[in-house]
Amino acid sequence: MARLDLSNIRHIYGPPGEGEPQYALRHVNQAFEHGGAYALLGPSGCGKTTLLNIISGLVHPSEGRVRIDGVDVTDKPTEKRNIAQVFQFPVIYDTMTVRENLEFPLRNRGVAAAQIKRRVDEVIEMIGLGALARRRARGLSADEKQKVSLGRGLVREDVSAILFDEPLTVIDPEVKWTLRTQLRELQRRSGMTMIYVTHDQTEALTFASGVVVMHEGQVLQVGSPKDLFEKPAHTFVGYFIGSPGMNVLPTKVDGAALRIGEYFAPLTSEPRLRGNPKLELGIRPEFVRLAAEGIPATIERIEDIGRHRIVRTRMLGHSVTALLQEHEPIPADPHLYFEPEGVHLYADSWRVELSGKPAP
Amino acid sequence: MKPVNHKAWFLVAPVLLLVAISAIIPLMTVVNYSVQYVGSTGRFAWVGDEWYREVLHSEKFWNALWRNLVFSGVILAIQIPLGVLIALNMPRKGWGVPTCLVLMALPLLIPWYVVGMIWQMFGRVDIGLMGVMLRDFGYNYEGDPMDAWFTLILMDVWHWTSLVALLAYAGLVSIPDAYYQAARIDGASKWAVFRFIQLPRLGRVLTIAILLRFMDSFMIFTEPFAVIAGGDPVFLSTELKQTVELGKKAAMSIIYFLIILAVSWVFYAVMTRNDGEPTSADKARGGGA
Repeated sequence: MARLDLSNIRHIYGPPGEGEPQYALRHVNQAFEHGGAYALLGPSGCGKTTLLNIISGLVHPSEGRVRIDGVDVTDKPTEKRNIAQVFQFPVIYDTMTVRENLEFPLRNRGVAAAQIKRRVDEVIEMIGLGALARRRARGLSADEKQKVSLGRGLVREDVSAILFDEPLTVIDPEVKWTLRTQLRELQRRSGMTMIYVTHDQTEALTFASGVVVMHEGQVLQVGSPKDLFEKPAHTFVGYFIGSPGMNVLPTKVDGAALRIGEYFAPLTSEPRLRGNPKLELGIRPEFVRLAAEGIPATIERIEDIGRHRIVRTRMLGHSVTALLQEHEPIPADPHLYFEPEGVHLYADSWRVELSGKPAP
Repeated sequence: MKPVNHKAWFLVAPVLLLVAISAIIPLMTVVNYSVQYVGSTGRFAWVGDEWYREVLHSEKFWNALWRNLVFSGVILAIQIPLGVLIALNMPRKGWGVPTCLVLMALPLLIPWYVVGMIWQMFGRVDIGLMGVMLRDFGYNYEGDPMDAWFTLILMDVWHWTSLVALLAYAGLVSIPDAYYQAARIDGASKWAVFRFIQLPRLGRVLTIAILLRFMDSFMIFTEPFAVIAGGDPVFLSTELKQTVELGKKAAMSIIYFLIILAVSWVFYAVMTRNDGEPTSADKARGGGA
């Protein structure tokens, strides 16, 4: 167990070519605290797997340093880093039994036989492979194989961190939920540092206490699920986290309010801006109200998703989504009203922090 | 009652016809010869299993069979491990890949008879490079059957190891990177990677390599014919060539064919016995039914 530090990490795959280099990771500075449960969240191709492989040493970063407990391990090979990793697709040793598969990482490190037995028994119990322990791994189904891979990741007790690269992709939805809960439980109990890569926000938000949102090779925001929801630092975070995503509209600042066309949306205080950035207003559908007064809008579609209704509207040529409670009425001549505490201002896609004080 | 239409069987007819022309009819003519005495005037006389009994009681036949089996055994024992070893050490990227592949493929492109001629000259004690070098150790393939045997094995290894290496290489490059990554995470040694990842994943291509090399080496004819021109050691094929009577030849051919078929089948059955292992999902379904 340890603290991981990534400083100034940049990575390009392949040999340096001509023209603009294609960074898989553009510039990453990130610390993973000892004992934390982290999720790396982002769309496919955002660099999260690359980042994971850089931590475990499978990939050597083009630039930057990786430190574990302050010791620079950038040039150390994977086997010397004491990190466990579980991959997206099952990797098993076909000719071994399930039990032998789980013993393998411990045997390779010369752990005492009695300790191997105790630990493997625990892991088999935890991931529910008891009935299969003596079976040859070759004949298992895909999700059983993935459980074996998962088990091999969990079996070492003294690792600095366990990295999961979308480990539950091939597993049934039902089992997926159980396993994720078990992983979370295990993390809480053992206090191991775990980093979990996923593109599924529900998975990230339920697993992690710290979510790292990545996009196009950089970290956009690190925070608790609550932070990501309430204060998305970047328009992409607002859009990516939450369902449906945040509404983003072009805007202008006018004192302590944002102007959209001839209408105003009040802010909690007056923003201070430098230069002449592209300004956008961001508001989550949860904070959009349909009222009798406000900015006129037309309703395009209503989706009933059980306890909520998603109302797709068009307002001054922009589409705006509102989230309504089940029985909330929809006025005949709808206007949109933005609740001030839900209104964010973005300058060049980054959130502008407003001071808590009301505008003078 | 619904009438049953059997016309669909006609769809199989073209295949049956092709197989009949390509395999069944030629084979049956051989079977036909093997149970008859063919006279010099073209007269046929039924002799039953007499030719078979004669072949199976001939010491020459058993000696040739034994030599064939030992020959195949020895070349398999050398070529398979050597081929895998070469494949493991071949480069995976860069200019070395095409260079290696072309060099490895070269011996495979040389016609059998030419290979025989090359080695016949190479091993000659008067002018051949190898022959002259080994002359002082008493090597002479024309005089000593063991030396001829040694020459043939060397030649076969030279000719065919690259086939095994190329097959094994193809098998190795098809192993996904994730396996090697997982092995690094698990702290596996180089030997463990070979033993638990590469070797099991090479199983199928090695099955093919062993089968091909067995069948081919068991049927070896051209090269010994070129190198030692009918002298010792005599294989089944060269023995067959020296046999004069058509009926006996046919009987021997059938026996030869059946041996190859049987041994290949045993090889195949043994090497693929694990593949059919039912998955636990199958078992669960079976149990629920």
